[in-house]
Amino acid sequence: MATLSTTTSPTTARPATPSPRPKRPGGFTLARTLRYAALLFFLLIVLIPVYVLLVTSFKGPGDASPARAWSLPSTWTLDNWRTAADTLTPAIWRTLQMVIPSAIIAALLGSINGFVLSRWSFRGANIVFTLILFGMFIPYQAVIIPLNELVLDLDLPSGVPTLILLHVVFGIPITTLIFRNYYQTVPHELVEAARIDGAGMLRTYWSVILPISIPSFVVVLIWQFTSAWNDFLFAVFFSSSQNGPVTLALNNLANGALLQDYGVSMAGALFASLPTLLVYIVLGRYFVGGLMSGSVKS
Amino acid sequence: MTHTLKRVGPPLLLLAPSLILVGVFVYGLIAVNFGTSTTDIHTAAQTTGQEPSNTVWFDNYLDLLGNDAFQHSLRNLLLYTAVFLCGTLVMGFLWAWLLERPIRGEGIFRSIYLFPMAVSFVASGVVWRWLLNSGQDESATGLNRLFQMTGLDFLQNNWWNNVDYGITAIAIPAIWQLSGYVMALFLAGFRGIPDELREAARMDGATTWQLYRHVLFPQLSPVALSALIIIGHMSLKSFDLIMSISKPANYQTKVPAVDMYVFKSSFDYANAAAIGSILLVLVAVVVVPYLVRTNRRER
Repeated sequence: MATLSTTTSPTTARPATPSPRPKRPGGFTLARTLRYAALLFFLLIVLIPVYVLLVTSFKGPGDASPARAWSLPSTWTLDNWRTAADTLTPAIWRTLQMVIPSAIIAALLGSINGFVLSRWSFRGANIVFTLILFGMFIPYQAVIIPLNELVLDLDLPSGVPTLILLHVVFGIPITTLIFRNYYQTVPHELVEAARIDGAGMLRTYWSVILPISIPSFVVVLIWQFTSAWNDFLFAVFFSSSQNGPVTLALNNLANGALLQDYGVSMAGALFASLPTLLVYIVLGRYFVGGLMSGSVKS
Repeated sequence: MTHTLKRVGPPLLLLAPSLILVGVFVYGLIAVNFGTSTTDIHTAAQTTGQEPSNTVWFDNYLDLLGNDAFQHSLRNLLLYTAVFLCGTLVMGFLWAWLLERPIRGEGIFRSIYLFPMAVSFVASGVVWRWLLNSGQDESATGLNRLFQMTGLDFLQNNWWNNVDYGITAIAIPAIWQLSGYVMALFLAGFRGIPDELREAARMDGATTWQLYRHVLFPQLSPVALSALIIIGHMSLKSFDLIMSISKPANYQTKVPAVDMYVFKSSFDYANAAAIGSILLVLVAVVVVPYLVRTNRRER
C-alpha cells in the first residue's frame, strides 16, 4: 500500500481526537437522525462479509444447501477451525519469521535515511529522496523477471530468506518517507545545538534523534508488519507451499481439494487474518498514523 | 572541494546501503527487465541459455498490443480502475462527511469502516468469492440469495462470470477494502481546515450547505488528488484480489498483472517482462508528475 508525502507528526501518531467545536445552528435533530441512519446502514454493509465469514466458519456439512446460505449454523462445529489451524499453522510460523526481521531492518534503514534526508541534509537531498520514493509506486511486475534471476545468482534459499530481503528492500521507500516526515517536525535547533556541542552525524543521530523516534518506530513497524503479512505477490513468485507465508497457504487451501468447502476456507481466512486484526484492534491508532503518512502536506 | 566532500560525504555514506539496494533492485532491475522484454525468450530452454535468444526490439510490445486477449486485459484494467476509483472516492468522501462533525460513537464507525484494510486481499477474496457466486434463483448463494431474501430479485446477476463487465464485480471487494482508507484521508483533510475559516463563513451568514459547498469542499481538493493517485496506482497493480476470487486462467477477469503471472509460469520471460514494462509506464504516467510536483513544492 502506498502513500505519499506528508507529515506523520508526533501528534498524528496519537488518537485523532475530534477537536470539540461549538454546536452550530445547523445541528437539527432530524439531520442528526438521518446521519445516524446513514452511518448505521453503511456499518451493516461493511459488516456483511464479516457475518458470512464467522457464520460459515462454524457450519458443518449439514448446512451445505444454498437455502441455508445466510442462516446461522444448524449445529455449531469447530471442525473447520481445527482443519484450517492444522493446515495453516506451519505457514503462520514461517510468516512470523519473515515479517519480524524484515520489519525491524526496514525500520532501522528508514530511520537513518529519514534523519539524513531531513536533518543532516545536503544539496540534492530532495532529488535523492524522490528517487527512493519512486520505488514505492513501481508495479513489482516490472522487476520480477530479473529479480528471479538475481535471487538465484545470490544463492538465497527460496522462501523466508528471500522474502525477508525483498520486504526490506521494497519497504525502504515507505519507511524512509514516514521517518523523514516525522523528523521534519523536530526543531532544527535541537540538531544545531548538538552540532555546536561538537557532536558528529552519528552521535547526533544516536543521542538526539533516536530517543525521540519511538512513536515513528511503532507506526513503521506496524505498517511493515501488516503489509508484509498480507503480501501475496512476492509470496507467489518467490516461495512455494512448502516454504511460503500464510497468504500463499491460504490461497492454496481455498483453491485446493477443499474448493467447495467454504467452511474451512472461511475459518482459514479468519485464522490467517488474526495477527493483523489483533494489531489493528490493539494499536489501531498507530495503524491509522501509518496510513496518514499518505495524506497530503498542505 | 574537500569542503564539499566533508559536507556531503558522511551523509551519503550513511545512505549508501539503502541507495545501493534501491539502485540495484529498483532502477537496475527495471533496466534489465526492459532488456529482457526486447528479446525472443519465450521458452524454458531459452531462459536457461540452452537455446539461443535474439533481440527483437519492440516486437513483443507490438504483438501484445495487437493481440485481442491482451487488449481485453487492458480494457478490463481500465474498467476496473474506473469503478474502483469512483467507488472508493464517493464512499470515502461520504463517510468522512458523515463523520466530520462530532458525533457519538464516531470512533466505532471509523474503526469499522477502516478495518477491512488490515485484512489481506487473499483472505477477503475467500469470502467475496462466496458472496459473488454466480448461481441464481434455486442455486443462489451469496449476494444473489441475499437479494432474493430482501425482495431485490431483479438485482441477481452472474457477477464476475460476465465477459464484458465481470471485472467490475471484482472492483466491489476492492471498494469494500479501501473506502475506509479514503475516508481517513478525507477526515484528516476536514480536520486540517482551520476553524477560523468556518467561523468567518458563519459570520458572513453562510448556511451549512454554503459553508460546505464554497468553503470546506474546495479545501479538500489536494486530499482528493492524493487519494486519486494512491488508489489509481494501486488499481493498476491489482493482482491479489483477482487471483484469489477467480482463477488466473479466467478470461473474463484477467488483467495485465495476471497475464504477466501466466507468462512467467510458462517461462515466456520476454512477454512477462514486456507486460511489466507496460505496467510501469502506466503507473509512471500517473505518479511521476505527482512526485515531481510535490518535490518542487517542498523546496
